[in-house]
Amino acid sequence: MSIADTFGKAKAEGRAVLVGCMPAGFPTVDESIASMVAMAESGCDVIEVELPYSDPVMDGPVIQKASDIALAGGVRTRDTLRIIEAVANAGATVVLMTYWNPVERYGVDAFARDLAAAGATGMITPDLIPDEAGEWIAAADRYAIDRTFLVSPSSTDERIAMTVAQCRGFVYATALMGVTGARTAVSSQAPELVARIRRADPDLPVGVGLGVGTGAQAAEVAAFADGVIVGSALIRCVLDAPDRGTGLDRLRALSAELAEGVRANKPS
Amino acid sequence: MSAPTFPDLAGHFGRYGGRFVPEALVRALDELDAAYRSAKVDPVFQERFTGLLRDYAGTPSLLYRAERFSAAIGAEVLLKREDLNHTGAHKVRNVLGQALLAKRMGKPRVIAETGAGQHGVASATAAALLDLECVVYMGAMDTERQALNVARMRMLGATVVPVTNGSRTLKDALNEALRDWVSSVDTTHYLLGTAAGPAPFPEIVRDFVGGIGTEARAQCLTQLGRLPDAVAACVGGGSNAIGIFHAFVPDEQVRLYGFEAGGDGVATGRHAASITGGSAGVLHGARTYVLQDSDGQTVESHSISAGLDYPGVGPEHAWLHDTGRARYEPVTDAEAMAAFQLLCRTEGIIPAIESAHALAGAQRIVPALTAELGRTPTIVINLSGRGDKDVHTAGAYFGILDEVETIVPGENS
Repeated sequence: MSIADTFGKAKAEGRAVLVGCMPAGFPTVDESIASMVAMAESGCDVIEVELPYSDPVMDGPVIQKASDIALAGGVRTRDTLRIIEAVANAGATVVLMTYWNPVERYGVDAFARDLAAAGATGMITPDLIPDEAGEWIAAADRYAIDRTFLVSPSSTDERIAMTVAQCRGFVYATALMGVTGARTAVSSQAPELVARIRRADPDLPVGVGLGVGTGAQAAEVAAFADGVIVGSALIRCVLDAPDRGTGLDRLRALSAELAEGVRANKPS
Repeated sequence: MSAPTFPDLAGHFGRYGGRFVPEALVRALDELDAAYRSAKVDPVFQERFTGLLRDYAGTPSLLYRAERFSAAIGAEVLLKREDLNHTGAHKVRNVLGQALLAKRMGKPRVIAETGAGQHGVASATAAALLDLECVVYMGAMDTERQALNVARMRMLGATVVPVTNGSRTLKDALNEALRDWVSSVDTTHYLLGTAAGPAPFPEIVRDFVGGIGTEARAQCLTQLGRLPDAVAACVGGGSNAIGIFHAFVPDEQVRLYGFEAGGDGVATGRHAASITGGSAGVLHGARTYVLQDSDGQTVESHSISAGLDYPGVGPEHAWLHDTGRARYEPVTDAEAMAAFQLLCRTEGIIPAIESAHALAGAQRIVPALTAELGRTPTIVINLSGRGDKDVHTAGAYFGILDEVETIVPGENS
């Protein structure tokens, strides 16, 4: 399903979209595929596959650790594309989150082409702002990949307008000034940021990420955003589990809890 | 031809530079850019900066004719004595400028990354002088190797945070500083240690250390009555090199040489030569030359010199390389250490191992330059730092360390 259809369907159901993130190849290629399929089966509407990168400056300790494990295990860009293909073939809507250098190294046009061929519908670029994205914007248009850029509480209204104008599918609102990782409370800056985005573009779906890790937090965010993005809390299910089976069980349980959360405000 | 007006308004040096950063940092970078533009034309700021450089840091640094070293390598060598600056390196110029900018922006806290600890010590120094809170990120590998510099930073009132993720070295310290900054931009200035990173850092750092080149150029005209044939500097991130190059860029007859850390030799893969042994990519906020694998993952660098041990380089160097205005060559650990020893023995100056790369590179280019000019060449070498911090490394390298007794606090030996 396309990003637009996924958000459209959720909206029709009176709920938010749940986006679940997992690094490709963590802890191995096959296990990451199994994790992502389990997440999709248990309520994640969109699987955000993160391409592991050696220098992930937007990521907190959990995703750093998972990425390091994946890279130490020898995962390559080609493997990430293969993982996307497997998860998309299992029926999930897949977007890729990647730092920019691996894309530039692969070749921007070739990457967009192969990403589309693998079945991804969109790509999130945490360290690529539209100002530097001319080549990416052209390639994404060419292969019909939805572009998701980030906006932040520190973004000016001008930058929010400029950024959302370059987004397709949805925009990623970072709920707070900080890096990825679960927090004890949802940022108080998030509702205002979402409101500012809506003033710039009332139609573009807004996904909120950073610091969401429980069903209650998902419900809180779902009350004012179109999508709830969860990464570290899901990854921790696998990272902290004593064995593989427990990890998958916890991943399913948390996905289900979050899926319930994004439906909590559903009109009855 | 290269124009000294670079970069463009978006911080690009040709295809290099720019801003490859999370959106959260854009406002802080814009703010820094605006503060810098206004400071640049503010006579009060400039007077404060030049006053501190003169009265506190001890610049202009001397341009010293090194007679015995000259005789040894067959060239007329002038050493730009940045090693005599307060804190022992060119870096004091950058930290004073940026700390003044932090004050100007009303930010009470500065953060810095450091490899061997030199930039951390310089940052802690400027923070103490200007009453700023200072947090220094340092790879856990480096805090162990450089315990003395950790102690120096703490004495100066800074907090040192060992970084335990990734390769636990400079590049990871930089990642961690960026993560801190994403979370703290309202109150914090990131005091970046080299002429790299997202715009406007490469330009700001270049300008703050640019006094090295303007001084050296004026000193050449006064002391020699002419410009040198060549200027040589070591290149890690590249701040000392861009600092001495910049004033000479319009002087096309002056050859510019940057010497990168060749480690065990570029062919071995164990080196830190981003330009001569790397490829174009994006790292730490800018497009530049990077040591990376075929997937664009950063590859760890290797050098005997901690200050050059970094897998990227400032974007202006990438551009000077591509335009041909400056030449970049690798110098191995062994070549650098031989030149280190030569300077010690001929001039009574212990150079930083970083700067020894420039000495060795200059030595290498003498025969070709002599043949080309038909006379003895005149070379200005940026002696970017002193070697006190390297005594342990050099002592071990040359096998001249005696066993040291453990010092017990409070007891005289």
